Amino acid sequence: MKATGMMQTAMRETLDAIVKSIGNDRTRLFSIVQAVQASLGHVPDAAIDHLAQRLGMHRVEVADTVSFYTFLDREKKGDIHIRLTKSPISLMQGAPEVAQAFEEALGVRMGQTSRDGKYALSWTSDIGMADQEPSALVNGVPLTRITVADVPEIVAALRASVSNLSALEATLGQLPNALIGSSLVSPGPVLFAPTNRGAGLRAALNLSPEQVIDVITRARLRGRGGAGFPTGMKWKACRQAKGETRYVICNADEGEPGTFKDRVLLTQVPDRVFAGMTIAGYALGAREGIMYLRGEYRCLWNHLQQTLFQRRRQNLLGKDICGLDGFDFDIRIELGAGAYICGEESALIESLEGKRGAPRDRPPFPTERGYLQQPTSVNNVETLACVTRILEKGADWFRQFGTKESTGTKLLSVCGDCEEPGVYEVPFGITVNEVLDLVGGGNAEAVQVGGPSGQCIAPKDFGRQLCFEDLPTGGSTMVFGPHRDLLAIVRQFAEFFAHEACGWCVPCRVGTTVFVQMLDKILDDRGTLDDVQRLESLCRTVGRTSRCGLGQTAPNPILSTLRNFPRLWEDRIKQTDFIPAFDLEQSLRTAIAVQGRLPAAEEDS
Amino acid sequence: MSEASFAITVDGVKVPARPGQTVLQACDEAGVYIPRLCYHPDLPPGGHCRLCTCKINGRHGSTCNLAAAPGMVIENDTSELNDDRRTIVELLFIEGNHFCPACEKSGDCELQAMAYRLGLEAPRLPYQWAPRQMDASHPEIYLDRNRCILCCRCVRASRTEDGKAVFGLEGRGIQMRIAVDAATGLGNTDLEASDKASDVCPVGCIVHKGTAFQLPYGQRRFDQVPIGAEIEAKRMEVRE
Repeated sequence: MKATGMMQTAMRETLDAIVKSIGNDRTRLFSIVQAVQASLGHVPDAAIDHLAQRLGMHRVEVADTVSFYTFLDREKKGDIHIRLTKSPISLMQGAPEVAQAFEEALGVRMGQTSRDGKYALSWTSDIGMADQEPSALVNGVPLTRITVADVPEIVAALRASVSNLSALEATLGQLPNALIGSSLVSPGPVLFAPTNRGAGLRAALNLSPEQVIDVITRARLRGRGGAGFPTGMKWKACRQAKGETRYVICNADEGEPGTFKDRVLLTQVPDRVFAGMTIAGYALGAREGIMYLRGEYRCLWNHLQQTLFQRRRQNLLGKDICGLDGFDFDIRIELGAGAYICGEESALIESLEGKRGAPRDRPPFPTERGYLQQPTSVNNVETLACVTRILEKGADWFRQFGTKESTGTKLLSVCGDCEEPGVYEVPFGITVNEVLDLVGGGNAEAVQVGGPSGQCIAPKDFGRQLCFEDLPTGGSTMVFGPHRDLLAIVRQFAEFFAHEACGWCVPCRVGTTVFVQMLDKILDDRGTLDDVQRLESLCRTVGRTSRCGLGQTAPNPILSTLRNFPRLWEDRIKQTDFIPAFDLEQSLRTAIAVQGRLPAAEEDS
Repeated sequence: MSEASFAITVDGVKVPARPGQTVLQACDEAGVYIPRLCYHPDLPPGGHCRLCTCKINGRHGSTCNLAAAPGMVIENDTSELNDDRRTIVELLFIEGNHFCPACEKSGDCELQAMAYRLGLEAPRLPYQWAPRQMDASHPEIYLDRNRCILCCRCVRASRTEDGKAVFGLEGRGIQMRIAVDAATGLGNTDLEASDKASDVCPVGCIVHKGTAFQLPYGQRRFDQVPIGAEIEAKRMEVRE
């Protein structure tokens, strides 16, 4: 009893210190519970009660936030939690064998925690290392290119630090697998060309805020996250909206499986991204910018904080920036916690406000009422890096790259069956064939353009152009060779969407789970034409009626392969009218054994 | 019609609307029924069930949370939209554990009534058989999550009408459930039987104890008329 009491007191002190360090601010609940998770290894019910009391909230609200995110645990998992990436790319590059090797070495099954509470093993969605799979996060530390042969050395490192977790990161850092490849294969003229720190920002500050928006509008810059909304229009709407203040948010929650270009930008040219946020701050009249960094990229935290520190020292952030009287702007970084949906801008804002990452109804759009109900512009990492370069070099310079409707260059994250996976900066309008030539993917039988929420295209479409006029993409480019089972890949994507659906609306919440079950029946060679037709019909309903982009695009892997690879589906189904969803004999076996007789109908016949 | 009012077109019929009204509210007033489950006239819209999805100027969207605007052209009662709605109701039936013949809400249940209205016969999508918790710890109200459709009316009512937060959400995706504001169950929350949150459940999930079967099957609300009939009746009045 006494020991428990002391533990409770110690825990309360820890919690109070965390709450105090974040300014007793209930809108920062998400940061608070993440700090609790980091400190205690989970967020127990007692902590939820105490936080609710401290922050003047209801416990049900705190529990809601904690229960939503994959990287927050209400029950204690292992002291060390190994999360292996589960994506079509990791699976085809050996992740199942690596998983088995970990299971054997640690004596724990996937999805479970060892009896001594030391090790937990689980799958996780793509962590942004698709060019160096199989990958894993070990208590947040990424490991890449893991082979079965690497597992003993990794496990030895874990065993060496499990009783002293503060040494874990350093110990893991010694491993060859801790090396993250630079991934940058082909730098282009816009995003990676050398430039002077501060050049873009200074150019912007020589203009009026309206003129800055005008330059971005004339450059015809469109959002790089995939949707392609014109940035100038977004900024104009935000600047014109009434509010007490305005916010600039950088969406660094790139979670689309197969994409990792923002990781490369934030590693190589973070200054360009922060400068873009600062320019946005000037153009919109904002004083505060927030970068929402996906939890999987926690390894970039120190590097990014250091960059911010240097920028403050050089007066590129802070008060009277670049000597411009009254232009005060600063940036803080907030971490996500394993929720793909938070890449949707309104869900991202909800998350930043400390709540579950459920998208909002729109209108009102964030430009009108966003973070803390104030006008907010949410822009992609790559978009903001483009902004800096446009201000430095001019709208005309930017427009010379790309096509009429899709100006500039685009970063592609290429992975899968190709000789040189990695990040390529290419002009918009490049054809899929040209991309395949660049990356050494001449054998491709299918290319997943724009990740699972995009399109799976066949060779007949490889002459098409990557741009908003033709094939739009956020950058994820997965190449699949002739020996791959595309329908198994479709199933894996379906599983991803089911795992990442937020649950708010019915068609997406239930539909994405049913997709997986219906696909399983077909992949198990028990599907009929009727099954495929009903699956397609359900896909159309989910696409038409879901509340946000996740549900609206979740059917795309199924629908685009039905359209582009009909033979694959035809070959998979049985030429019979009906096969039940379950095996009747199998299902009745237990009952027959217990009762000692067959069902009456069968006895009669 | 006041000066500020305007018209929207729903399935070819002019429907008057006022600034500040949603499409669904304007239609309700005019006696044009748009199917819905999570919407409740006394509560802010939630956008959960998506049954009120219509085609607005050619694009799909929910209408419970969409402000009516002059000149909107809306498709509502079309076979494609009703097929989508029937599929959504089917998804709700296979997600939860709904046993109408034994449920005290039968005949008074909006989910069941909606299935009848839309002509859902037997679900063909796979049942999930999800384990759901019951909570009978409150002296006057019980909570049977087997029948919950996550419309979140109770969550909204508790906040906006009762000034409490008795109900909330927990979990993500298909694991999402209604949660209550006490680790030990509904009995330790400040829920009262007279709260709005106790009265807005469209299904047999939040039920007043001791009231079951006071009205026999066959004499209940939707045993008499289909769901939506009270709204459609207004249209008759307008015409007469």
